[in-house]
Amino acid sequence: MATMSESIPQGSLRTRAGWATVKTLLSYGVLFLLALTFIYPFLLAIATSFKSLPEINQFPVSLIPKEISLEGYQRLLTFNVPRWTLNSALVAVFVTLGNLLFASLGGYALARIRFPGSKAVFLGILGTMMIPGIVLLIPMFIVLKMLGFVDTYAGLIVPKLITAFSIFLMKQFFESVPRELEEAARIDGATPLQIFARVVLPTAKPALVALIIFSFQGAWNDFMHPLIVITVNQQLFTLPLGLALLRGGMGQNLQWNSLMAGSMLTTLPMAIIFFIFQRYFIEGISYSGIKG
Amino acid sequence: MTVATGVRGEDRQNAIAGWLFMTPTLLIFSVFIIIPIIAAVYFSMTNWNGISPPAEANFIGLDNYKAILTEPGIRQTDFFTALKNTTYFALGVVPMQTILSLLLAVVVNQSLLRFKSFFRTTYYFPSITSSVAISLMFLFFYQKSGLVNQVLGTLTFGAWEPIAWMADPRGLIHIVLSWFGLTIQTAPDFLTQTDLFGVTLWSWISGPSVALTGIMIMNTWTTIGTMMIIFLAALQDIPNFVYEASQIDGASPWTQFRRITLPMLRPTMFFVVTLGLIGTYQVFDQIYVMSSGGPAKTTLTIAYLVYRNGFNNSQMGLGAAIAIVLFIIIFALTMIQRRITGSEADN
Repeated sequence: MATMSESIPQGSLRTRAGWATVKTLLSYGVLFLLALTFIYPFLLAIATSFKSLPEINQFPVSLIPKEISLEGYQRLLTFNVPRWTLNSALVAVFVTLGNLLFASLGGYALARIRFPGSKAVFLGILGTMMIPGIVLLIPMFIVLKMLGFVDTYAGLIVPKLITAFSIFLMKQFFESVPRELEEAARIDGATPLQIFARVVLPTAKPALVALIIFSFQGAWNDFMHPLIVITVNQQLFTLPLGLALLRGGMGQNLQWNSLMAGSMLTTLPMAIIFFIFQRYFIEGISYSGIKG
Repeated sequence: MTVATGVRGEDRQNAIAGWLFMTPTLLIFSVFIIIPIIAAVYFSMTNWNGISPPAEANFIGLDNYKAILTEPGIRQTDFFTALKNTTYFALGVVPMQTILSLLLAVVVNQSLLRFKSFFRTTYYFPSITSSVAISLMFLFFYQKSGLVNQVLGTLTFGAWEPIAWMADPRGLIHIVLSWFGLTIQTAPDFLTQTDLFGVTLWSWISGPSVALTGIMIMNTWTTIGTMMIIFLAALQDIPNFVYEASQIDGASPWTQFRRITLPMLRPTMFFVVTLGLIGTYQVFDQIYVMSSGGPAKTTLTIAYLVYRNGFNNSQMGLGAAIAIVLFIIIFALTMIQRRITGSEADN
């Protein structure tokens, strides 16, 4: 009996170690293969953007252009793409500034200031998060039309100056700031605005960076909102909107190098921001994700 | 006395500051969310065309709702075709993205694994990329001579017959049925003749078309990164001693996964599935760029139908009605799903 009970753990230990090695190898295999399916499409799109039209449809697809061709990028210039890029940047910057300002104010008020009706305001904002964006498509157009915001920068920017998501991000952050910080300032007779601007806001850097990233990303990549705001004035197109209509305008004769060049142009700024600030992306997502 | 007035003064100061701080938000939310929603309910009962002044629209009661829900005709057929397509889309994408992102999170979360941040970054990258850019890329890959067919050809040693993905309206279930000799010609009359809400039974059971499947695969590819990050955060919140304790009790990794990881992830699972449902029922950008609802309306989704009616066909009233029905559908789905999986998440 004694020998048996000793030999069983030993045997299971050996198989367990073997199993662990197999598992590790298998994990790496799967993860790298999958990583390839995430990276390869982007590499191929970059390569294609530098190919000439005849080379693009050659078989099999190749990651290295035989001859670097700027044809795709040059054609984009004839389509006002620089202006669209500028518009996208402009809209994204203003939307980001708006969210920074209004979400930190609102988030702080909801987290820390006891004011009558704060609970109702909070629930109201929570409620708007339940409304799917697509449901607002037509109503938003109606309001924009009534305000004369159709085909204007104001129409692109103003409705996006604050989102419920930004408010929640900041509210959650401010709730984690120790109250003692504010108490000291309050005893010294500081007003809520002073406490907010001088004491609390300087501690909020990580949250503000996350907010900058998400607001900029949202505005830069947004397609549906510009689509309904800009109806005729091509001078006001943003990059995604311009690209989509470029594709539509080509009909059956798609010039892939230009389409891929445009896609890469749209992706590049986000990619740069992402690689610099990826820690904040990941933190922001998990932060907002859990509480949902 | 002084203390009391001091407190009262502070209360007033707080009230003023609180409302002042909220003013920009409340203003923007009222004008661009609250008022539009109320306006939408009203305009869904009008025949406004989107071009003439809104005040000139005629009130027509529930006619728009009847047209899409109960009156036989093209509008009913379109709505239920879109509902069918969107539902197939959600039924495919939501389980795929939830299961794959959970598996990825569990694998990436292994404590001994190296290159963790490389994998995390790589999988997350598509989530930060513009939907239009990704749609154009996949449009390119899905061509007959494109990457996807070439990869499938290589994997099957040339047995794969290249298809033009985005031009292929055949339903997946129809394709499988055709292997057993069941086509629209040979199908029994009750399938091809019975009409349910303007769509034949045979059509209802088509499955997603090849074109829609292409978009579903792309959508899963784009979204699993975000969901993996959400799962990863939740996994890191499970205290290690739970696993250690169960290990001492002799639990296998599989038992641990089933008895510890899955139950502890339940609230997160609820959240991810909700996100997935809300997202898939609104799929729009990808449809607009890749297929415009075609071929043969097999990628027509409810969101795209809202847009098409409102902005291309000058039927804003009808579009608004469809949007409101979509809102009710999404709301109901979230509630049903909450009943099924989320009852513990609330505690």
